[in-house]
Amino acid sequence: MTTAQALLAALVVLPLLGSAAALLPAPPGLRGSSPEQAVLRHGVTVTGAVLAAAIALLAVFDHDDPGRMQATTDLPWIPALGIRLHLGVDGISLPLVVLTALLGFLCALYAYATRPQNAAAYTALVLLLEGGTLATFAALDLVLFFLAFETVLIPMYFLIARWGGAGREPAAWKFVLYTVTGSVVMLLGLLLIGVRGGTFDMVALAEAHGAGLSHSTQLIAVLAIGLGLAVKTPMWPLHSWLPDAHTAAPTTGSVLLAGVLLKMGTYGLVRIALPIAPDGMHTFAPYLAAFAVTGIIYGSLACLALVRTRAGGDLKRLIAYSSVGHMGFVLLGISTLTATGVNGALFANVAHGLITGLLFFLVGAVRERTGRTDLDALAGTAGAALYGRTPRLGGLLAFAAIASLGLPGLAGFWGELLAMLGAWHPADGLSRPAYLTYLALAGLGTLLTAAYLLLMVRRVCMGPAGPYEAPLPDLRAHEYAAFTPLAVLTLAAGLWPALVLNLTDPAVQHLLPGVAR
Amino acid sequence: MNLIQSVDWVTIAPPTLVAVTAVAVLVADLFLPAARKGWLGAMTVAGLLLAGLALLPLRAGDRTSFCLPDGGGCGYAADTFALVVQLLVLAGALLTALFAQPVDRDLPQGEFWFLLLASAAGATLLPASRDLATLIIALEVTTLPAYALVALRRGDGRGPESALKFFLTSVTATAITLLGVSFVYAAAGSLHFSAIGTALPAADDRLATLAQAGVALTLVGFAFKTAAVPFHFWVQDTYTGAPLPVAGYLSVVSKTAGIAGLILVTTLAFPGYGGLWGPVLAVLAGLTMTAGNVAALRTDPAAPDSAVRLLAWSSVGQAGYLLVPLAAAAYGAEGAVGAAVAYALMYAAVNLGAFAVASHLARRHPGHRLTDYRGLYRRHPGAALALGFFLLCLAGLPPGVIGLFAKVAVFSAAVEAGLGVLAVVMALNVAIALFYYLRWTALLFERTGRDEPSDPAPAPAPAPTVRLAIGLSALAALVLSVLPQLVLTLTSGSLL
Repeated sequence: MTTAQALLAALVVLPLLGSAAALLPAPPGLRGSSPEQAVLRHGVTVTGAVLAAAIALLAVFDHDDPGRMQATTDLPWIPALGIRLHLGVDGISLPLVVLTALLGFLCALYAYATRPQNAAAYTALVLLLEGGTLATFAALDLVLFFLAFETVLIPMYFLIARWGGAGREPAAWKFVLYTVTGSVVMLLGLLLIGVRGGTFDMVALAEAHGAGLSHSTQLIAVLAIGLGLAVKTPMWPLHSWLPDAHTAAPTTGSVLLAGVLLKMGTYGLVRIALPIAPDGMHTFAPYLAAFAVTGIIYGSLACLALVRTRAGGDLKRLIAYSSVGHMGFVLLGISTLTATGVNGALFANVAHGLITGLLFFLVGAVRERTGRTDLDALAGTAGAALYGRTPRLGGLLAFAAIASLGLPGLAGFWGELLAMLGAWHPADGLSRPAYLTYLALAGLGTLLTAAYLLLMVRRVCMGPAGPYEAPLPDLRAHEYAAFTPLAVLTLAAGLWPALVLNLTDPAVQHLLPGVAR
Repeated sequence: MNLIQSVDWVTIAPPTLVAVTAVAVLVADLFLPAARKGWLGAMTVAGLLLAGLALLPLRAGDRTSFCLPDGGGCGYAADTFALVVQLLVLAGALLTALFAQPVDRDLPQGEFWFLLLASAAGATLLPASRDLATLIIALEVTTLPAYALVALRRGDGRGPESALKFFLTSVTATAITLLGVSFVYAAAGSLHFSAIGTALPAADDRLATLAQAGVALTLVGFAFKTAAVPFHFWVQDTYTGAPLPVAGYLSVVSKTAGIAGLILVTTLAFPGYGGLWGPVLAVLAGLTMTAGNVAALRTDPAAPDSAVRLLAWSSVGQAGYLLVPLAAAAYGAEGAVGAAVAYALMYAAVNLGAFAVASHLARRHPGHRLTDYRGLYRRHPGAALALGFFLLCLAGLPPGVIGLFAKVAVFSAAVEAGLGVLAVVMALNVAIALFYYLRWTALLFERTGRDEPSDPAPAPAPAPTVRLAIGLSALAALVLSVLPQLVLTLTSGSLL
């Protein structure tokens, strides 16, 4: 067993073991000052170890050949169904693995400082969620992927339903029912590929590039798999669970939901649908692009409506809708079926995870200080004046918002640019006029996105610091610890996009052979 | 013609031991003083364990008994299928016997154990029977004691009423089955499956309609035992009227027996008629799961008996999933029978576990309401975690990994057979079912009010036998979740 294999296996197994251990009483010597403190510290330790393993994996990863599956482990698990414990990472999954480990650690750190109720259950659920997400990105067996994909459902349900804000019960139900319906349909598609293709091995199936799968099989498989993944992404019009879930979820739940859970959908499209059923993907790509662009426009219009004065908008709901728009760019990039577009999609994935994770953390901090996220209550007609009352928090919020609108030099820019560049010249056989239309609409979407994010900054950060508005506490140590890595990475990925693209590009070339652009 | 058949006592030991224990319990009941009636339960457990051990020498799966001397087929075969289902039945009866103790004071102990064992003896015989006469007898031996079990509770008007409903529908189904069997016998000239399998398709053309009618009518009786639509109406009344362990027993052992019979009849006796029973079973499967899940979904958590009602309807839904691989077998899906048996094994372990927890709770909350489970984690963390795990296994979501893989096996049989529509219907049903399973799971962990007036005293711990039953179920489900291969290996080979 090489170091890389051991690291990847540890990444998947550690959070799961840690999750079970969190429910047990702390052993003597690790009791800490109280049971809550002990178990939250346990969460920090485990996620910290996972993050360390992820960084070590990044270090031992062969950066000269990111297109190859590395750190692979391939053990038989259920020979009767041909299901194997097949794990591995390449340039596509590695950034997401590191992102997940990072966000998981930051959430554990944040929880340690904020002390949620029922700490043991909370820690166990967050660790289970992290383990499931990491396994999703590391799985190379279709059924194992599905198992990991489903693992996140129950913990997320409980995180929303038990630790959430107003309306949490219906929101949690909406989340779980939408996702499970989608994913069971996805299972049918995965099984269809497995039965017709003769194996569940994603690497072998991707090497075959759809050989051995008839056109109709590919169509049905892409439809079924795409439906499941589109619910998760979420793609318009299957997005309606997302705003409710985000609005109700606790801060860490929102961060993980937006930061990594949504990525599982787009990652699945790139990892499974694109290489394994290329014909099916080719047929559905223009429709996917149309839905993607509708999502971009819809998301930004919804945000514009929410940000208006006296519209009853909520900050978390606003960011949730902005996610619908951002994920629209990711889907548009994938639907171009070009290396440029898919690279853009993967970049936008990571960027959205960083930026939106940061935004949700910041909104959580605002709620902690003011007790509300409702824009009207928070800002009134004049503005909440965070710049004046808590300058660092206000500044960071403005930074995240500007990163989100895609300012060049920050992470949000490159992904959307590349996705739109891909749409300028879609893959051969796709209608160029249609994609040019999508491109124009997506361009309009970026304008609208800029509009609502700037309006949000104006309402939340600016405004007269009235005499009756007491100053709020500024950023505290644990908040610096949680927010700084995200802000730094947002800046780094924006200034040096090769950080991510050097990893993804060779892997994407590998997935899309014979595609010139 | 030599009418004397050879009897291999070792081969038929499992059902025989159960039957002998049943008689022994009945006799012992006459001589035991009232204070010592508890021994009867121990006798039952010992008998079932012994019968389970008797499966060991047969594990090669090649023994037969009651064979015709001229090689015309055997009436009893201890092949892999029979052994696995017998193991399931015996283990299911054992778990039931464990969590039924101590027997409620309003149940006559001797009769209760005798009837349970008698029914288990029939269910043990059923999967090994290889001719229609033995099969029908086994089916009736399984069912007849069950009517009495349902009605057993003293001084409760609901028991006899639900038993009567159960009895009338069941007898009708049996009568129809017998009619079908007689048609089949008329057309094929034999009662042995192997002979029917070859003779029936080759029968005289003028008998073809008779043969088809016989096939269809024979299946009706088994559809009833599996509580498939439209023979599912007895389920809710019967389960809510019956003592809780009996409901658990019916939902697992009796249902498995029905499924086993259905598998035997369809794949051994009527393989040539797949075009006839395949679509019928597919439609039945779809209707059954939808009816069961929708009814379970509409259960009001605060209504009396809602917990049992939910388990009853969910078991109807699960029966629908169990029928899917059977339908797929008609279209040549390999390992479909194995998928059904593997699913049944998973279902038996977790459903009996759920009933064990429910029967413990019922001692304190005789209303069987779902809302009684609110905050169970606070009172009984072990029982709550176990029940949550069982429910998630039934729903087929991680951490209930074995439930998920059992569903994967069923789905893949359907996909392999090209039953796309049925697979989609089942997918939607899985989503519906998740709602009520997860709602129940969420209740377990919900916080109760700070000072719950209805729960002043600390809750008593479950009886040791109940704890053992819950523990065994949870252990089985956990081990299978880590090593699903243990049961899913059944899907790789042909069992029959």
